Amino acid sequence: MSVRRLNEEQPAEFAFTPENIDWAEGQIAKYPEGRQASAIIPLLWQAQKQAGGWLPEPAIRHVADMLDMPYIRALEVATFYTMFNLSPVGEHFVQLCGTTPCWLRGADDLKDVCRKLIGEQGEITEDGKLSWLEVECLGACVNAPMVQINDDFYEDLTANSFEQILSDLRAGKEVATGPQNSRRASEPEGGLTVLKGDK
Amino acid sequence: MLRDEDRIFKNIYGFEGADIASAKARGDWDGTAELIKKGRDWVIDEVKASGLRGRGGAGFPTGLKWSFMPKENDGRPHYLVVNADESEPGTCKDRDIMRHEPHKLLEGCVLAGFAMGAHACYVYVRGEFIREREALQRAVDEAYEAGLLGKNAAGSGWDYDIYVHHGAGAYICGEETALIESLEGKKGQPRLKPPFPANMGLYGCPTTVNNVESIAVAPTICRRGGSWFAGLGREGNTGTKLFCISGHVNNPCNVEEEMGIPLKELLEKHAGGVRGGWDNLLAVIPGGSSVPLLPKDICDTVLMDFDSLKEVQSGLGTAAVIVMDKSTDIIKAIARISHFYKHESCGQCTPCREGTGWMWRVLERMAAGRAQPKEIDMLLQVTKQIEGHTICALGDAAAWPVQGLIRHFRPVIEERLANGPLQEAAE
Amino acid sequence: MSETENNLVKVTVDGQAVEVAPGTTIMQACEEAGAEIPRFCYHERLSVAGNCRMCLVEVENAPKPVASCAMPVAPDMVVSTTSETVKTAREGVMEFLLINHPLDCPICDQGGECDLQDQALGFGGDASRFDDNKRAVENKNMGPLVKTIMTRCIHCTRCVRFAQEVAGVPEIGAIGRGEDTEITTYLEASLDSEMSGNVIDLCPVGALTSRPYAFTARPWELRKTETIDVMDALGSNIRVDMRGREAMRIMPRNHDDVNEEWLSDKSRFVWDGLNTQRLDRPFIRQNGKLTPASWDAAFDLVESKLKGKGAATAAIAGDLVCAEGQFALKGLMDALASPHVDCRQDGAKISGPRGNYIFNASIAGIEEADALLLIGSNPRLEAPVLNARIRKRYLMGDFPIVAIGEAVDLTYKAEFIGAGADTLADLLAGKQSFADTLKNAKNPMIIVGQGALTREDGAAVLAAAIELAAKTGASFNMLHTAAARVAGLDLGLVPGEGGHDVAGIQDAAQSGTIENVIFYGADEIAGASLGDAFVVYIGSHGDRGAHRADVILPAAAYTEKQATYVNTEGRAQMTEQAATPPGEAREDWKIFRALSARLDVTLPYDNLAALRAAMYEAVPHLAQLDDVIAADAPVAPPHDGLGAEAFTYAVNDFYFTNPIARASAIMADCAKAKNEPKNRGDSSEGTGTDG
Repeated sequence: MSVRRLNEEQPAEFAFTPENIDWAEGQIAKYPEGRQASAIIPLLWQAQKQAGGWLPEPAIRHVADMLDMPYIRALEVATFYTMFNLSPVGEHFVQLCGTTPCWLRGADDLKDVCRKLIGEQGEITEDGKLSWLEVECLGACVNAPMVQINDDFYEDLTANSFEQILSDLRAGKEVATGPQNSRRASEPEGGLTVLKGDK
Repeated sequence: MLRDEDRIFKNIYGFEGADIASAKARGDWDGTAELIKKGRDWVIDEVKASGLRGRGGAGFPTGLKWSFMPKENDGRPHYLVVNADESEPGTCKDRDIMRHEPHKLLEGCVLAGFAMGAHACYVYVRGEFIREREALQRAVDEAYEAGLLGKNAAGSGWDYDIYVHHGAGAYICGEETALIESLEGKKGQPRLKPPFPANMGLYGCPTTVNNVESIAVAPTICRRGGSWFAGLGREGNTGTKLFCISGHVNNPCNVEEEMGIPLKELLEKHAGGVRGGWDNLLAVIPGGSSVPLLPKDICDTVLMDFDSLKEVQSGLGTAAVIVMDKSTDIIKAIARISHFYKHESCGQCTPCREGTGWMWRVLERMAAGRAQPKEIDMLLQVTKQIEGHTICALGDAAAWPVQGLIRHFRPVIEERLANGPLQEAAE
Repeated sequence: MSETENNLVKVTVDGQAVEVAPGTTIMQACEEAGAEIPRFCYHERLSVAGNCRMCLVEVENAPKPVASCAMPVAPDMVVSTTSETVKTAREGVMEFLLINHPLDCPICDQGGECDLQDQALGFGGDASRFDDNKRAVENKNMGPLVKTIMTRCIHCTRCVRFAQEVAGVPEIGAIGRGEDTEITTYLEASLDSEMSGNVIDLCPVGALTSRPYAFTARPWELRKTETIDVMDALGSNIRVDMRGREAMRIMPRNHDDVNEEWLSDKSRFVWDGLNTQRLDRPFIRQNGKLTPASWDAAFDLVESKLKGKGAATAAIAGDLVCAEGQFALKGLMDALASPHVDCRQDGAKISGPRGNYIFNASIAGIEEADALLLIGSNPRLEAPVLNARIRKRYLMGDFPIVAIGEAVDLTYKAEFIGAGADTLADLLAGKQSFADTLKNAKNPMIIVGQGALTREDGAAVLAAAIELAAKTGASFNMLHTAAARVAGLDLGLVPGEGGHDVAGIQDAAQSGTIENVIFYGADEIAGASLGDAFVVYIGSHGDRGAHRADVILPAAAYTEKQATYVNTEGRAQMTEQAATPPGEAREDWKIFRALSARLDVTLPYDNLAALRAAMYEAVPHLAQLDDVIAADAPVAPPHDGLGAEAFTYAVNDFYFTNPIARASAIMADCAKAKNEPKNRGDSSEGTGTDG
């Protein structure tokens, strides 16, 4: 964790779209009366989505107002949880897992790809398509190394396959999510060792 | 080796559908109402009899935990909270349960919730698991539609709601009280205990927080009987377990195996063995990044269960086995883990907030050969100053890997420091 | 274990057995046993955070050291505070706190009164083992009072908890996480609290310090005088720190029944006002201009005007004046046979027995109340620390609060059921359901503010409130805004037989029946129109009263005399002299004594002891310092019926309520910061307490 600051440039205002208001009310309804603050993470997340992948400051106030929370409490949440991007990101936002299980299997190579194709962490490519960030364990360790791009995991990567994915995304092409080798999920490559049979 | 028929998660790899029809075909939701009609105590007794210990890392007996919930309702609702904030480096088993076996989890939620007098359950999924959350929500929607959730859930006479909630990137929310704080809309900072969640948990109400896997195995335990589960593994370390094998093996994978399987057998049978052969093994972190690593000579013989790993000063943790072969810069590997803890410290209490960064900085220098030999002992002392002095277990979890490194690889560090600063790539 | 919960729990601390109530924390038990426990985050008036880990102790059979601030005792617990484990734990925590703490003690204003410094000496090691770069943290703006040097912060969160819990303005937070956690307000807005200065005291290090005091003095060069505050009618206990005869700062002292250990920002930061705009010599108006004069010349002039004109002389006592001065003034006026005396310069229609004008339930009694009605009072601005007590009670729960007046943010939830006296009439007539709430409560409370009494129908409001209290069994409580007032009323500084009140004095001065007016620290009579009357101003500051004066006789401010003040609950307290009055200024009573001699009505005392003896004879309870003497039940005064107008509050410009505050540049800064738009984009509807 490094010091996370709100972006210097901020939009003047933020308001949920009517659809998102409805959606937010559905979220709030999950929690008992008077406990609406529970919905803050989902609501901030939705605000981030609506704002194009980052969380503008007015959105923090907007959500706090909706949930009847002091602004500072909402800001605490927005800065504590690292998935809230406090500055703009690329259209395809790459979160690259650099924690030991991925590092053991070549995460550093993937970082090199990012530096080559995108630039340093936090930089957005000129076309606005890509930016990247090294993050901590994303929980797909048996499919290491892996990255998350927006909502999807891309697993069992090599420098080559990763480079291809980034290029394809940038070119607006469809890319397959999940393991990039022959695996379907977390089974061992090259043949099952269990549950091979009848079922 | 565990027979397939004794495997609980038959679709863990997702080769079949995760939908409710497929799940039912695999035996989920079979006679749930009948199980519930046997009563609260029966459910808890079966889980107790199974010997199931919590699958989230701490290994606390699950049935006993459930029994801590007040027997009588004092007017406050009871809550079951499922910890799906799977973030321990090396661990990716709950992810597979949510995307491939969600109905096992949901049925477990109903049974466990019933056993603790809860009518509502929140499943807290880590924020990054967006697709997994969607999969789980699909299953929840299906279950409501099928009458398995909601009023008179599964025809049991017990009303039960499940809500899927999510985080937004904070490992600490895997700690149960931090998770509760987060679920209440605050920063995920662990609470002081006592009071314990069973008395004062979510919204100040009696609450039990359980790992996904612990809950997901409950229906099978109830159906096949606690004694069946207890017959697997060995005493105090019973049942089956999902292992996650990552790092330098030929075929990294998740696999459900019997508790107590020898580490070497686990790696060779399911993961294609260590890259370059068993003799190329340097060390294994047997239970997720929090537990101390084991050098090869211990790995040769150690069994994969709570007590065996404790005996060798490590732990089963989440059963996430991180394998490192001889090409590994072991100091760097642990330094990267230290970075993880520094990144994930919530910052609330002093030893963890200040100590995790200190350890990481020293280790980074050590990895680069830029440290004094006397700093090895100092580093060890720092780990001891953190361990046992923090509000939650993250401090311990940050300290142990470093202790493991010094315990087993001190000569490697000494040699590195003796050789002086490494040539660092010009940056 | 089977014992009832009333039984004491036996605990052994360092071999010594103590018995404590169940629920006591280990820390409290240790203190009971005489074992000192170091701490940073723990504060007895805040919720328990348990985050600093400095208070770790060893408990037998516990697997690891225990945070003693948070853990309740258990029967037969065996605690050690001196074991090797504890020593190591403390040293460890201390080292962690210090690795990122700057070594800037020599330039830190906390130096000499720093918990971290003190405890580092007691429990820390002697050398640093931390070889990496220390953390640097950007400073944050928190307004004109609180200076931040955030690199020094040890993240104890006392300030966060104070703002949230006590002040009721949830504006401070800890953002980020891990070692990058930072304390800040939202977008560095100024704290919107009248009690923000307390975070300076609470901060155990030099992260939050006093901005106005910055770099001005070291604690060991200050002369400290324990005294009483007069900025509101609470009588907060304070300590004034002087260097030479210059006030350098004011700090709260603990008084559980009055201000606990809090202080309002006005009371704390008004000190620069004590050093400016001072009347340090007599003045005489010559050719329309006030020019310095000798005491003799000034007295000559007063003598020439007042002698033989006793009955045509009136006196008005102001808000900050002491009991001794008021007693002497009253004595003088009696001797001059003038009934035209009033201490109610705001025109409040207060009359009747003592129970009619004090806060009968006592300030601490707020905590026993179970329902509250506010009538024309905004305690947040009229007595911020008392307001914090109401909030404290509110946080305990089950405390319905209803208010009559313009809706304002009180820092707790209050239902504003109406704006004016008609609502009060409805309550009295039982037409408002809250009347039943009051009736059904065990300890209901009614607080009447001065804003409800200074109006035309003030007497009727007072009567209605007293009747409502009687009808519902509620305690009747008057919240004063002037520190001088209760003593003034106790001493009978109200018009005598045929005498004029404040309004009457002004009318009579204009019509010429009153020829002389003595303003004793009276500075709040807005646009006082006194015709051609000759005005003698006796006071400490060149403010509104002095501007109208023909003669100024310089007197002492509250820090410059040993004097009695009676707070709103009727508690007499004595100030102590922190400095002598400036220049030729004299203690108030001496001026009246000298004047009486000039006017041939010499008062029968020539020292303070003799004055007090006489004063105590007249009003015995003034001698019972720090006691609250219960008053007889209030009695509804006669009146001409309730009006319907909305109540206005007595205090609107919180930072400018008296001549000392108006002389303070710090108060001016505060007012400016308050009026600046918050640095937060579009203004939006407030949330919760952000009204």
